[in-house]
Amino acid sequence: MSPLKRVAYFFGLPILLIVLWWALSFGSTNFFVPKPIELAQTLWTTWIGDRFVEDVLPSLGRLAVGLFFAIGLGIVLGLLIGSTRWLRNLLEPLLEFFRAIPPPVLVPLLMLLIGVNDSMKVAVIISGSIWPVLLNTVEGVRAVDSVLNDSCRSFGIRGFARIRYFVLPAVTPQIMAGVRQSLSIGLILMVISEMFASSSGLGFTIVQFQRNFAIPEMWSGIVVLGLIGLGLAIIFQFVERRVLHWYHGLKEITHDS
Amino acid sequence: MRKQPSAAAGPRAKALGLGIGGIILFFLIWEATPRLGLVSDRYLPPASEVLVRLGQYLTEAAFWKDVADTMTSWALGLAIATVAAIIVGLIIGSSRFLRRATHTTIEFLRPIPSVALIPLAVLIFGTSIESTLLLVVYASFWQVLLQLLYGIADVDAVANDTAKSYGLGRLARVRYVIWPTALPYLMTGLRLAAAVALILAITAELIIGTPGLGKQIALTQSGGAISSMYALVLATGMIGVLINLAARILEKRVLSWHPSVRGEVVL
Repeated sequence: MSPLKRVAYFFGLPILLIVLWWALSFGSTNFFVPKPIELAQTLWTTWIGDRFVEDVLPSLGRLAVGLFFAIGLGIVLGLLIGSTRWLRNLLEPLLEFFRAIPPPVLVPLLMLLIGVNDSMKVAVIISGSIWPVLLNTVEGVRAVDSVLNDSCRSFGIRGFARIRYFVLPAVTPQIMAGVRQSLSIGLILMVISEMFASSSGLGFTIVQFQRNFAIPEMWSGIVVLGLIGLGLAIIFQFVERRVLHWYHGLKEITHDS
Repeated sequence: MRKQPSAAAGPRAKALGLGIGGIILFFLIWEATPRLGLVSDRYLPPASEVLVRLGQYLTEAAFWKDVADTMTSWALGLAIATVAAIIVGLIIGSSRFLRRATHTTIEFLRPIPSVALIPLAVLIFGTSIESTLLLVVYASFWQVLLQLLYGIADVDAVANDTAKSYGLGRLARVRYVIWPTALPYLMTGLRLAAAVALILAITAELIIGTPGLGKQIALTQSGGAISSMYALVLATGMIGVLINLAARILEKRVLSWHPSVRGEVVL
């Protein structure tokens, strides 16, 4: 495909949609739908400056801390539970139950237990987004290749080396699939924890705009959340390519042969 | 998932026993924590109290009304999203041009967290069930659509060309070549969407106040009926488990002909 054509495919539809939006809202005085230019201006004036430092950065900070612990704990606990048979049997039904609880209901619960503060919001993010990573890791450890497992054993590879060079690489594709789910759940919980109980943060601000009928500002908040989601997806894709490049390569080879 | 070579009844029963033991252990720890004063029982009532409350709930008509409200938005939202995603997916998937042209737009719209639409939903629909539906449909639509598009991309080119040279029309190819290939992916998408739809249904009720279990949880929390709140949280968890089980059974039924049940696509 020529580069020109590629660019056209990449930007074609988005540009078409924006032009359509612009044309349809041109003469309209609809209160609920802002015009594209108006929205772009609001986006700039509303979110760049103080509000970025006071609301957006703290939200992102909590999200980062929460996800870091959720993924870290998920992998460590998952490896532990997955490689111990009795522990796995003991905990599996319980973990399935915890995963099935819709994470947002944990917001009022943790509000009671911890109070309304930053650590509660981080706890909400951790308690919601740990499950996909944890359960995928457990599942992955259980399904490791039994031949490789036996080879490891007969070569006397055990303990840390076994985890580092055999189990972890074997489980990484599953872990990454879990992380992908965790990211979107984490983002949802970041917003919800601020909508439900907070006086600052991205979620709070957006709801505040809506209550005051500041419609363009509200839309701009939705766009900001969308951009954060997009940013997370891009970072994830980048990291995944790095971590799993061997895996995608392997899959391509087996597909070709 | 790979099945282990058919285990004898012994280890299986043992695993089940351990699992039940784990649940009992969990409730015992929960019971002991407030009783020993580790956490004040104003914040964490003993498990027995919560379970008794849950038992009472099961006999109350108002509780079942809330369950029905939540499940209605869940089922309706999931159905709308699935049908829409299948139609859109088959249209986009059947043409290379459309697939390429929509790629960036889909990649941009998909990661928008559906909760970002909460203010919009409140503004347009207020606290009626449509608010919940908007969130549920938006969230579950992408899950199904993406898996379906992966599935269609996985269609065997040789099979498709063979069908073409045997004179199968576009519709017939969709029915006999594309659909069977994409079905396992579609089921994966549906299973993920079923879980997401419940999360969003409860979220909308919790935050916006549309009728359902989520609203009750918010009410009991602000009203200080703590054991009721815990009982409702347990109830949502049970609904979640039932939905997961139902989705897995459905997947097995629908794909019983399929040589292997595929895992989620990692991309």
